[in-house]
Amino acid sequence: MGQLLQFDGASMDDSKTTAPAADKTPVIELRNVSKTFGEVRSLSGIDFKVYPGEIVGLLGDNGAGKSTLVKTVMGYHRPDAGGEIFFKGKPIRDWSVNRARSLGIETVYQERALAEKQPIWRNMFMGREPRTKWGLLDVKRMKSESARLMTEHMGFTSAAVHPDNTVMTMSGGEKQGVAITRALYFDAELVILDEPTMGLSLTETKKTLDFVGNIKKAGKSAIFIDHNIFHVYPVVDRLYVLDRGKVAGVYTKSQITMEDLIDRLYRVARTGSLEEAKPA
Amino acid sequence: MSAEAVPTTKPKSNAIGAPSILRRHGSQLGILGVGLAMWLAFVVMAPTVFLDIDIYKAFAESTPFFAIPALALTFVVITGEIDLSFPSVMALGTAAFCQVSEAGFPQWLGLMAGFATGAACGWLNGALVSRLSIPSLVITIGTSFLYRGIELVMQNGTGVPLTEEKYATMLQIFTGQPFGVPIQTLWAVAFTGFLWVLLNRTRFGAHVFLVGDNPTSARLMGVNVVSVKTWCFVLTGLFAVFSGLMTSFVGNYFWPTTGDGALLSSIASVFLGGTSVFGGTGTVLGTLVASYIIGAINAGIVSAGVNAFYTQLVFGLVIVVSVVLQTIIERRLQRRPIITN
Repeated sequence: MGQLLQFDGASMDDSKTTAPAADKTPVIELRNVSKTFGEVRSLSGIDFKVYPGEIVGLLGDNGAGKSTLVKTVMGYHRPDAGGEIFFKGKPIRDWSVNRARSLGIETVYQERALAEKQPIWRNMFMGREPRTKWGLLDVKRMKSESARLMTEHMGFTSAAVHPDNTVMTMSGGEKQGVAITRALYFDAELVILDEPTMGLSLTETKKTLDFVGNIKKAGKSAIFIDHNIFHVYPVVDRLYVLDRGKVAGVYTKSQITMEDLIDRLYRVARTGSLEEAKPA
Repeated sequence: MSAEAVPTTKPKSNAIGAPSILRRHGSQLGILGVGLAMWLAFVVMAPTVFLDIDIYKAFAESTPFFAIPALALTFVVITGEIDLSFPSVMALGTAAFCQVSEAGFPQWLGLMAGFATGAACGWLNGALVSRLSIPSLVITIGTSFLYRGIELVMQNGTGVPLTEEKYATMLQIFTGQPFGVPIQTLWAVAFTGFLWVLLNRTRFGAHVFLVGDNPTSARLMGVNVVSVKTWCFVLTGLFAVFSGLMTSFVGNYFWPTTGDGALLSSIASVFLGGTSVFGGTGTVLGTLVASYIIGAINAGIVSAGVNAFYTQLVFGLVIVVSVVLQTIIERRLQRRPIITN
């Protein structure tokens, strides 16, 4: 519990968070994926991998192709001809949102996809409500499971939090916690977090980043998209930097300090390259 | 509210407190309170009438006429829609029953024809609203005229006598008095129980709340918004036909104008019963209690010796005040978070 609530760069031990051995099969792999919308080429020749138990950060300026890449992973976009998507090493041809979800790719949307007036237990099981053998809603289980998830996974110890509380009474960070916990609960292999800290206060952001840490603890993978490098860097294992639809660089966290990364991001924004202006 | 102060003495405690009963069931307790207060006022003002069992029997016979469609309408309102066409469906379904039965077919076949008509009308409403995203307020005004028009053409504007000799069984089903209790109210209570289970203990019911609360979220999480909305309208169609049949058998005659007068009472029952005007929350029990309150207002005012012209005034006040209060409470709940850690 205390582990969940403390978060800083140091608590994510580097020796544990370095990239898994390369011989492991990635959960998801994109090979040479391009995406064109009419005249606009949003992605060109992207190679992208996420290993099991790995949190991958996706950085890049507006228009770098972050959301197009992520929407391709979640099945919303289909790659142009020539691009391939592999799930656990198997090539998948009929990629779609439903296919991706059935394989265990869950998305935590920016708007969190919660029903605010409903109690937490209804939100936790939204769209996948458990039933008793009579076919009726297993309300008892929904409530007790929600209470368990809230205390064990979301770190709620407060007497004020109960599964019967409506979501609108929660803070932004706590709502994000419900959304992430929900994704994890349904056996997600890969959780996509689309700017989860957007519009959140400082403490709420911290809470949300703690939840991201939970994903790793649960042995699942995640793709973490954010503008803010200070949010992304501490929780991820590897980082992809996108620029103008291309992968400008891939870093394992142990290879690069946050300061160095910031320098390079500025450089890529100005010059379009991470490497050439590297200080000699 | 004590929940404002989060205890810090036992941070490791897994104890989690429930929201107060008032917070969870505020609107239902409110409506019960209003009902009780009104009843007491009537008892004080007209003790001879309100301490006699006859007046309650009269309520029990007349109220289900608009209470039964209101119960199903609650589902539609929770999804954030409205159905203004159900009074016409009451008539059209009953007309279908009469046509089939009068043509010499067995009456159970007539019943099936009636309910099938109701379901079809509801399905059309639901499909137009959910598939084409037409505001239900607008399209059900249209279908209201459409269904009534079909019925009037079918009946050529004339009614059908529903005599004791010919419809003995039907009269038992819709107007009997087992153990001296009017069966209309027994039906209303039984339907309330059935719909309570449907709303609170089935996946469909869970999705009704989600769709009304946030259709986008519901869709993202795999809820079939179109199907949920459509089924709510179908449900309203079925219950409207039941009420149409019941009303006609009570009067031993099917009038082509059947259903007139149900619209505002039913809608008022839903909102007075605590169902949110914004969708997302509501209860069938609240609707049932509210229907009887609305049924009592009319009789109560008259028998209390007040000029009958006041009926509408009181009626309007009760509805306006209850919706305003409900909205204020909802706003306050949103502005006052109870989680502070």
